[in-house]
Amino acid sequence: MSLLSVFVKYRNLISQLVARDIKTKSRRSILGLLWTVLNPLLMMAVLSIVFSYFFSRYGEIDNFPVYLLCGQLIFNFFNESTSIAMGSIVHSGELIKKVYVPKYLFPVSKVLSSGVNLLASMIALIIVMAVTRARVTPTILLALFPLLYVLLFSTGVSLFLSAAAVSFRDLMHLYSVITTAWMYLTPVIYPMAILENAPGWVRLIVNVNPLTGFIKIFRCVVLDGVTAPAILHVQSLAWCALALLIGTFVFRKAQDTFILKI
Amino acid sequence: MKIENAIEVKDVSMCFNLSREKVDSIKEYVIKALKRQLFYEEFWALNDVSFEIRKGDSVGLVGMNGSGKSTMLKIIAGVLRPTRGGVETTGTIAPMIELGAGFDHDLTARENIFLNGALIGYPREMLEERFDDIIEFAGLERFVDVPIKNFSSGMLARLGFSIATIVDADILIVDEILAVGDYQFQNKCKKRIREMMERNTTVLFVSHSIEQVKEICSRAIWIDHGHVRMMGEAEEVCDAYESPEA
Repeated sequence: MSLLSVFVKYRNLISQLVARDIKTKSRRSILGLLWTVLNPLLMMAVLSIVFSYFFSRYGEIDNFPVYLLCGQLIFNFFNESTSIAMGSIVHSGELIKKVYVPKYLFPVSKVLSSGVNLLASMIALIIVMAVTRARVTPTILLALFPLLYVLLFSTGVSLFLSAAAVSFRDLMHLYSVITTAWMYLTPVIYPMAILENAPGWVRLIVNVNPLTGFIKIFRCVVLDGVTAPAILHVQSLAWCALALLIGTFVFRKAQDTFILKI
Repeated sequence: MKIENAIEVKDVSMCFNLSREKVDSIKEYVIKALKRQLFYEEFWALNDVSFEIRKGDSVGLVGMNGSGKSTMLKIIAGVLRPTRGGVETTGTIAPMIELGAGFDHDLTARENIFLNGALIGYPREMLEERFDDIIEFAGLERFVDVPIKNFSSGMLARLGFSIATIVDADILIVDEILAVGDYQFQNKCKKRIREMMERNTTVLFVSHSIEQVKEICSRAIWIDHGHVRMMGEAEEVCDAYESPEA
């Protein structure tokens, strides 16, 4: 309850921090926010030219560009938000030493800024769906659920990482290696059918991987026009709860020592 | 807490771990742990410090470099949590431990007013309403939409002071800020601090300039090596602090 009242009290600060991130990002390049739309579009174009050919022997994926973009949007949001949020405490060091602000606002605001980018890059998805004449069904409104899941999961992971990065700065370098491996263990580019010949432990990891669940639900409602199996929702919610629980626990334990270490 | 007090500091002790070299990466941690070099040295910056400040008082903290003044201010502002003891305060605190902490240099003065105001905890409507006053006091009318990376340090200090003091906080913490800015701005700041004191704001003032402490404060606390050495009328304490045998 007190957490919620703090959130209400500081919502002005959160919106200011998010606005700051978006303003400084768009100000550094001429095309500004347009990049948030262009980047996934261009990446999708390159990848689908290459991989739709490679994966054709695993059976036809209908509408590979949309299939790919769905995976990319979810994975890139997770990757971007956690990577940026990780350094948020370290980089706000000067501020934390001088003014009292609830410290979790820094990683949370970074995740929310990435969330705004995610919404903007949804425009790319709409464009590609229009161009490829994808079938649009009412289930697309359910896309809100997987987006919410990945937002909650990323928040939990970000809380953990931002606290850990204060004690171990080199974690930031290590993390880019981890996310690369993570990407290959998530069906972003490849179809699930490709895993039939893979060793059992690889299939297990890919299936347990929380991001796989979010992406599967997302593709169900956007691409296939059906509701996702309930078990996927249960699995996703469980991952969100676990991430938030560990994240807040570690963050709360560590936050009083931040000022001594930055 | 007594009703007439604005700040109560009770038996506050603050201990820092001085590791001889700061370990802040996994690599170093593993190496040091293997070599069994992970020892810590304790340093007590404050030892059982207790004092009370009444509402509306203006109190100067004096002491040498490293005596624990800034640590004390940070504990009162809620930035640091003391190892032992506790601090109670009433009302809002306007901390000015360093002016302009939290400015983003890529943003304009206008955008920074809202960002910095939000950090201090001001509501947005109030900032919009008092926007012109903030700019006017800082004397930056012509530079409202200029990114502050192009500002001089004096301009930044003016903007920071102006934002922090635009409303009367119950407690104002002033740390060495009058050292920056030209004499005109210093006088403007002193005038504003006095106006706030007249409206019953409690002021906590840290400065190495004994003249300024005597000028602004009615009472003073002398902190020496983490202990309260003397407490009382500003004149008396300052004279003792300046006397040769101190």
